[in-house]
Amino acid sequence: MNDAILTVEHLTMRFGGVVAVSDLSFQARRGAITAIIGPNGAGKTTVFNCITGFYRPTEGMVRLRLRSGETFLLERLPDHEIARIAKVARTFQSVRLFAGMTVLENLMVAQHNALMRASLWTVGGVLGLPGFRAARDAAVERARYWLDKAGLLERADDPAGDLPYGAQRRLEVARAMCAEPQLLCLDEPAAGLNPRESADLTALLDQIRAQHAVSILLIEHDMSVVMEISDAIVVLDYGEKIADGTPAQVRDDPRVIAAYLGVADEEVEAVEHALQAGAAP
Amino acid sequence: MSAGGDAARPAPTQAAPPRVAPSRLGHALRDALLMALVALALFGPLLGLKTVPLTTGLALESRWHLVAAAVAIVFAGRFLLRYLVWRADRPAGTAARPAASAPRGWFVKALTPALLLTALAWPLLPTTDRYLLDIGILILTYTMLAWGLNVVVGLAGLLDLGYVAFYAVGAYSYALLAQHFGWSFWICLPLAGILTAFAGILLGFPVLRLRGDYLAIVTLAFGEIIRLILINWYEFTGGPNGISGIPRPSFFGLPFTAGEGGFAAAFGLEHSPLHRIVFLYYVVLALALVTLAFTVRLRRLPVGMAWEALREDEIACRSLGINTRNTKLTAFAIGAMFGGFAGSFFATRQGFISPESFVFMESALILAIVVLGGLGSQIGIAIAALVMIGGIELLRNLAWLKAVFGPDFDPSLYRMLLFGLAMVTIMVWKPRGLVSARMPSIQLAQRKAVGAHLVGQGRG
Repeated sequence: MNDAILTVEHLTMRFGGVVAVSDLSFQARRGAITAIIGPNGAGKTTVFNCITGFYRPTEGMVRLRLRSGETFLLERLPDHEIARIAKVARTFQSVRLFAGMTVLENLMVAQHNALMRASLWTVGGVLGLPGFRAARDAAVERARYWLDKAGLLERADDPAGDLPYGAQRRLEVARAMCAEPQLLCLDEPAAGLNPRESADLTALLDQIRAQHAVSILLIEHDMSVVMEISDAIVVLDYGEKIADGTPAQVRDDPRVIAAYLGVADEEVEAVEHALQAGAAP
Repeated sequence: MSAGGDAARPAPTQAAPPRVAPSRLGHALRDALLMALVALALFGPLLGLKTVPLTTGLALESRWHLVAAAVAIVFAGRFLLRYLVWRADRPAGTAARPAASAPRGWFVKALTPALLLTALAWPLLPTTDRYLLDIGILILTYTMLAWGLNVVVGLAGLLDLGYVAFYAVGAYSYALLAQHFGWSFWICLPLAGILTAFAGILLGFPVLRLRGDYLAIVTLAFGEIIRLILINWYEFTGGPNGISGIPRPSFFGLPFTAGEGGFAAAFGLEHSPLHRIVFLYYVVLALALVTLAFTVRLRRLPVGMAWEALREDEIACRSLGINTRNTKLTAFAIGAMFGGFAGSFFATRQGFISPESFVFMESALILAIVVLGGLGSQIGIAIAALVMIGGIELLRNLAWLKAVFGPDFDPSLYRMLLFGLAMVTIMVWKPRGLVSARMPSIQLAQRKAVGAHLVGQGRG
């Protein structure tokens, strides 16, 4: 656990009187898939929004260390800077594509900052300098690569809003990858997918991890996906961490079973008894 | 259940079809009657009673024949609409249809070059006189303004109701620079553009956090603030008197005057006041084409793509590392700059400007051109400008209506009414503007239009 890309320490997020996340600490290992699971309303998406700058945490620290050794305190950066310099990309629980733009355009927008530099902040682009044209061709090539990975190459010139739901999910992942992140945050990528689409997505994530040295932070309800691809799992309940470990450890943790995975009523009582017995001495 | 009951059951279904028609007629009649009653309540006092000033006071004059006519029109119109047009058995109108008006063959392909050629040749046509040239200049000015506003509203999706403020800033910048420093049009034009771009950024900063309706209200207020400043800052802007004697443009140093050293003398032509108008026409045509080329180019650059992405989803933009603040400000600045160019041109053409030229009606007109043309569509906007501005001018020649309605009829009163009707008609026929499909700015294999139902209209 020495090479952590993301270290979250004592993260607390309050909305008025509601404590959405309370004193959460965990680490995400570089090159690994770390899953955050928990029942509805456990504060998973709030953690994501704190990490990606959409919320400013009430307390705590979110530290990100890039491969180059550069370290950023994410709670102090605005959201677009987190994406640009700290190399964190994310997807959303409800798909947020640019529906009226084509699939290819979606991927080009994701490379905005690199293209902006290449076009000398528009000046060179207006004048038609060759440097920009080369950069744009390179961007199209990168987009083509990710379209191929996501199995969307034939749909490149179709509007993103016309794609079936599963393809939109994959496109959102591809778009995030076009931004060249080192940490990819996926908010329920398999939500609403059928088993076939879910398997396609798992394969895409496996490839991303294997071939691109990208660390993944994952929120997911689909336990088959979580157990299959995660290296580490953090379990939240009512904003607090109740377990943290490998999939096997988490699966056998009685508190997780009681809080989340769901068991028969008599078993819940048995677990509660066991917990009380364990807590008493 | 008895056999008689079974036999009786089919009877209502057989009787049903003939019953449908009278019930539809009845519905329509009842609805029309209801509307006629509403019309009676409305028009009764409004049309029916008129106060006539007498020497000793007021008298009431009743005009019940007018009320009867109005109510009859409402009744008949509503009945016909209800009975013939709004039929429940038909699919619900145009709104349900995904209006992906894909380019239709040669007509659309030929349209752009045809319009361009006409614009280029317009002053040379033998039928073109001073009046038609002036209309041409007016149409091109509004086309240019609408293309400028299109950057803000159509591409970036930021609803700006105060665009005329930038038109005013450009016009006053040019007028004041030219008067105080005596610089020529070609030096003042870029300076006025830069000043106006700054005005755009000035507006942009306070409204960065606003979206949709709130943004529209603040920009509307901004337009009024600029106008009020122009009226009240008497020492600087001349207040309501405006600025007169603004230098006319010269042909790259040659003034359009009769006699030695003038444009006509230098080229061995006979002096004609039309020379300057033709020159102005080509200046505004060039400015409009520059606006067009620049915006088309920007749309393919990362900044233009970011504008469109901003219109589609601002949060997704930020998650991809796009600085939405700067992106919005560039949209405001560049849109404003073209407004400033158009304003400078307006000032030099008129030779006189006053705050009266920059009222909200102008903003509304420019926005109407953009919306009617189709948000984001350059050719649609050009056609809309042609129809709207040309249409308004055509409606000035309504004298023939006197032949229909008698000599007491004042056609100029009905100009805006007809104009409004035309706008409503276009919006019913094409709810997303004349050219509603969006062309992608980059493609891998094949360029396909994006249907209007997918394209965002900008909420932020």
